[in-house]
Amino acid sequence: MSTTLPFAQTETRVNYLNVEYGWKSWLFTTDHKRIALLYLFSITAFFFVGGAFAVGMRLNLLTPDGMFDHDTYNKLFTMHGVVMVFFFLVPSIPATLGNFLVPLMIGARDLAFPRINLLSWYLYIIGSIIALTAIVEGGVDTGWTFYAPFSSTYSNSNVIVSALGVFISGFSSILTGLNFIVTIHTMRAPGMTWNRLPLFVWGHYATSLIQVLGTPVIAITLVLLMLERLFHAGIFDPRVGGDPVLFQHLFWFYSHPAVYIMILPGMAVVSEIVCCFSRKGIFGYTFVAISSIAIAVLGFLVWGHHLFVAGQSLYASMMFSFLSFLVAIPSAIKVFNWTATIYRGSVTYETPMLYAFGFIGLFTMGGLTGLFLATMAVDVHVTDTYFVIAHFHYVMVGGMVMAYLGGIHFWFPKITGRMYPEGWARFAALVVFVGFNLTFFPQFLLGYQGMPRRYAHYPPEFQVLNVMSTAGASILALGYLLPMIYLTWSWRKGPLASQNPWNAKGLEWEQAATPPPTFNFDHQPVVTEPAYNYSGVEREVHLGS
Amino acid sequence: MGPFTIFPARASAAAGEVDALYTFLCVVAVGMTALIFICVFYFAIKYRRRHPDDPPPKAIHGSLPLEFTWSILPLLVMMVMFAWGTKLYFHNYTAPPNTLDIYVTGKQWMWKMQYPTGQREINELHVPTGRPVKLILASEDVIHSFYIPAFRLKHDVVPGSYRSYWFEPTEVGRYHIFCAEYCGTNHSDMIGLVTVMSPSDFENWLTGGSGGSMKEQGEKLFSQYGCVTCHVTDREGRCPSLRDVFGKPVVLDTGKSVIADESYVRESILNPNAKVVKGYSHDVMPAFEGQISEDGLLQLVAYIKSLSPPTLPAAKPAAPPPATRSSK
Repeated sequence: MSTTLPFAQTETRVNYLNVEYGWKSWLFTTDHKRIALLYLFSITAFFFVGGAFAVGMRLNLLTPDGMFDHDTYNKLFTMHGVVMVFFFLVPSIPATLGNFLVPLMIGARDLAFPRINLLSWYLYIIGSIIALTAIVEGGVDTGWTFYAPFSSTYSNSNVIVSALGVFISGFSSILTGLNFIVTIHTMRAPGMTWNRLPLFVWGHYATSLIQVLGTPVIAITLVLLMLERLFHAGIFDPRVGGDPVLFQHLFWFYSHPAVYIMILPGMAVVSEIVCCFSRKGIFGYTFVAISSIAIAVLGFLVWGHHLFVAGQSLYASMMFSFLSFLVAIPSAIKVFNWTATIYRGSVTYETPMLYAFGFIGLFTMGGLTGLFLATMAVDVHVTDTYFVIAHFHYVMVGGMVMAYLGGIHFWFPKITGRMYPEGWARFAALVVFVGFNLTFFPQFLLGYQGMPRRYAHYPPEFQVLNVMSTAGASILALGYLLPMIYLTWSWRKGPLASQNPWNAKGLEWEQAATPPPTFNFDHQPVVTEPAYNYSGVEREVHLGS
Repeated sequence: MGPFTIFPARASAAAGEVDALYTFLCVVAVGMTALIFICVFYFAIKYRRRHPDDPPPKAIHGSLPLEFTWSILPLLVMMVMFAWGTKLYFHNYTAPPNTLDIYVTGKQWMWKMQYPTGQREINELHVPTGRPVKLILASEDVIHSFYIPAFRLKHDVVPGSYRSYWFEPTEVGRYHIFCAEYCGTNHSDMIGLVTVMSPSDFENWLTGGSGGSMKEQGEKLFSQYGCVTCHVTDREGRCPSLRDVFGKPVVLDTGKSVIADESYVRESILNPNAKVVKGYSHDVMPAFEGQISEDGLLQLVAYIKSLSPPTLPAAKPAAPPPATRSSK
């Protein structure tokens, strides 16, 4: 991708893309928009790397006896998980769309710490190169969860190198979160009160809190794992007094909140899209905004629901189960409010809206199947089976990737100054939706029938559903390749976009040129109305902030 | 089992209960999904923009009563799930007294079963219908998980301490055993079969060959490792008598008391100073960490158990099995 750095031939205005050319102007940039693009190209590359591993897995699972040997398959699912979680999903929306849009949406010239922003991209790249080294050197086979004592003592693969890669890229995530928090607190334009903040910004604020508070814990956990593996420190090994379950507590203390790092920005995108294409303000602004914070806070208190069969006390499990039900409420509030926003709107079906519809439906299914896992007696049966795989792919892929694609299409004109082909894009959205459901719905059935996850070979009675899933995955792969092709084409040849092609509300559309200049606004924007004031009925008097 | 059956075979008392709860969850989930899909589709079509220059719709800012309704109603339904799921979970993980105890050791990549009467099997488990069976699970290396889908039960098998769960088989047949926690290269081959038999068939099966009961083998180890010199069984020696101790509370020198269950006995063999009984000194007994195999440990546990013959089922297990793993 790096060979197709974008430029536009016909623009007359100076913008962030044509202001400078050459690799130095990209690798040493401190412009949040250029850094967003650096991230965009890097995570897109990793999305296809992780996707290639998934293709390998689905091919292997076509037949009960598989086509790869056990070790190869074990490495495939491990590297699929590591790459997708740490190098695609965690940075996906925050580091690309968030980086691009948070300053634009609050009327700022850049993030609070532009050079730290660039540092965070470099840390991501260093971390990812180390992780890629682990892959090229023969891979890693612990599962993305790195459970001890398998990872600390028994695995013969590149555990330390992989853990080091994840460890370093974690700092990129912390720095992005820190940057967003400071920016949102201190750099809002006059009149941009907390009550007028776009929900995209609220969602990123909540995400940033988790990144700053949670990521250090996974960093510490990975350091302990490396110490254990290198020096046999005895933290997780029971033979020298360690506790293997301690690893799971530490791991999920980050990794459950991290699930919310991977969905809150998606919800943030959907709030913007639903309002724009319903031409209506969000229903229940305060509830949607506060529910993001509620998810971030409650998300730290539910990690124990990953340990219902690991041997924690029954009463601890009971509390974790209860809290896991509670965290479902703010998510439900969001879904209901989006639905109510469409009510009596003026709805059109451009591609971003199709993805938003897809998100609402698939996230609802992902969320509801989460309740099955919070219900302890059912979790005992379905945990570590394909039911869990299906559940979190409905949230992570059906939710987050749908929102990501929706957001990319929605802000594509703002980012590139050009329009994408609407017909192709709608078709691709449909292909993604169909392919996704065919891939992952059969996995719910497989899971309840008892097929465990991470199985290279499986008993023959599970084959029919696995074949369906693989068929779905091929459709899904096509659905992801299509946007890759037509968006690349549009970036160079698409028709020029006007400043606000969707007639959307928000500073990034109404006050910034398309594409925006390096410092975003020609004049300091002043905000005089609430967010999503599509109806324009209620012009309130601005009294200063 | 066809590919599109919802429920796998049901072969334990718990299976039907879990399926009933699952069905309830499915009804709620399908209902909610349908509600959201129908609303989104209906609104999106009914309120579509008919002309490009339609005036913008009126703003609707929200509704406090609605927000509370759609927060509290789902919460109430979820509390039903929570209460039902918790009750069943506690039931499924709290063994009744007088179970048939079977000792399972997981190692990369096989399951070894030992019966109190001395039978041993690899990747095969035989159990009778109509009687509660308790599995005591140990691992020699990494974490495994002993999963029987037809019973709707699993539990992780964690090195360093025992886990256990119980079930009551109801349907004669052969069902899968899977390792459900990823454990390395041949994880997906760490599978086996559980054979549920009628009680009379099971009795016949038990009379098949064995190299002495677990208790007898444990007794041999008990003298072989010299335990018998201090732990004399009929009076107090240098070390506490082990008669009638198992399953009962013991008072420690810290003043706390613990139930002398499988995990406590195991810990006391491997690391005797961890929890010393009140009135006895530290550092009398050598630590056996790393010297006895997991199988041998289970045999010792079975022997020490046999020194405390079950009396009336008065002593209900005070702590449920998964909670009893030794905490440092």
